[in-house]
Amino acid sequence: MSKKEWPLWEVFIRSKQGLSHKHVGSLRAADAEMAVNNARDVYTRRSEGVSIWVVESANVVASDPSEAGPLFEPANSKAYRHPTFYEVPEGIKHM
Amino acid sequence: MEKDNLEVLDRNFQDKVDREIKIEPKDYMPDAYRKTLIRQISQHAHSEIVGQLPEANWVTRAPNLRRKAVLLAKIQDEAGHGLYLYSAVETLGADREDTIDDLHSGKAKYSSIFNYPTLSWADMGMIGWLVDGAAIMNQVPLCRCSYGPYARAMVRVCKEESFHQRQGFEIVVQLMKGTKEQKEMAQESLNRWWWPALMMFGPNDADSKHTAQSMKWKIKRHTNDELRQMFVDVTVPQAEQIGLKIPDKDLKFNEETGHYDFGEIDWDEFWQVVKGHGPCNTERVAARRKAKEDGMWVREAANAYAEKRAKRNKKAS
Repeated sequence: MSKKEWPLWEVFIRSKQGLSHKHVGSLRAADAEMAVNNARDVYTRRSEGVSIWVVESANVVASDPSEAGPLFEPANSKAYRHPTFYEVPEGIKHM
Repeated sequence: MEKDNLEVLDRNFQDKVDREIKIEPKDYMPDAYRKTLIRQISQHAHSEIVGQLPEANWVTRAPNLRRKAVLLAKIQDEAGHGLYLYSAVETLGADREDTIDDLHSGKAKYSSIFNYPTLSWADMGMIGWLVDGAAIMNQVPLCRCSYGPYARAMVRVCKEESFHQRQGFEIVVQLMKGTKEQKEMAQESLNRWWWPALMMFGPNDADSKHTAQSMKWKIKRHTNDELRQMFVDVTVPQAEQIGLKIPDKDLKFNEETGHYDFGEIDWDEFWQVVKGHGPCNTERVAARRKAKEDGMWVREAANAYAEKRAKRNKKAS
């Protein structure tokens, strides 16, 4: 019996035109085309989507959760990137 | 890793859980948490897959085309639920095929309810109404489970289960509007399924060895007995409304507590079925093993086809 398992694929679904594809889960399939077909049956049985992306899980590069602190720290210390940082004199409109 | 370090990590983990921050696959988690989830989610997946078998028994004998189409759609959903859950197990680093082989070797358990036979058409109604009804009671709180992928899979599953319960109840209602024989068929079916449905919530709290830790980890949100009581409270009035009698002489509404008091479950039967001595344990596992073995050529053919197609595409480019 062959022990070669089908690779794992991450599935992304666009629920309707105008919205981005969103990760919904994963599945196993022998190749990309079969992964799309399987994704239709597993993740869109109730018209949840109008478009499917599949990406082989092995190709996903992710940030390390244990490094999340230092990785995202630069954004935390820059309050001046938000409009609420700035004072607008009273009576000024449309800003 | 140093012991102090591990203690800090464990403390931070519990702190996150306490603050309702979800745990995601690559986050630190204690080994015992990981193991508990692998056991629970894979057994949940097996239950979905094995759960197809009692219903498959009636596909070719569904009373009409509508019922047959609905039953097929429901069985397909169960397969889908199994797939969501096996994917969730894989995010914990478990090997999907290993967990399936554990089912086939008898090492892994699945919901005992599926070890009971489906003897009449009314059983399709009872399974949807009671078994899926009990499953919903269990699964709705799991949508808030501390482990992200499991919680997300449960959201999908719960959305689909409510169709399962309604279609089952519709079958029962239809029978209860029918002839004397049809009404008897429904009552006879309820008599067989009521107690096993109550057993689905697991042992009494005093005897449930995993409950306390699972609640602390927020994998579980309610105890077995709490969920069982919720199920009895919502189901009894449904039965009464359509003229069915719950087979429990001790069942009585308690004005003081606002809940139904009900009789003692036959725990000896429960443990017998859990330990593999139910009416259909051997048959169910044998059917799953055969499905994997007989289907192996499909997996191999798909692999061969994928390789051939990859080669052809390479040549063309």
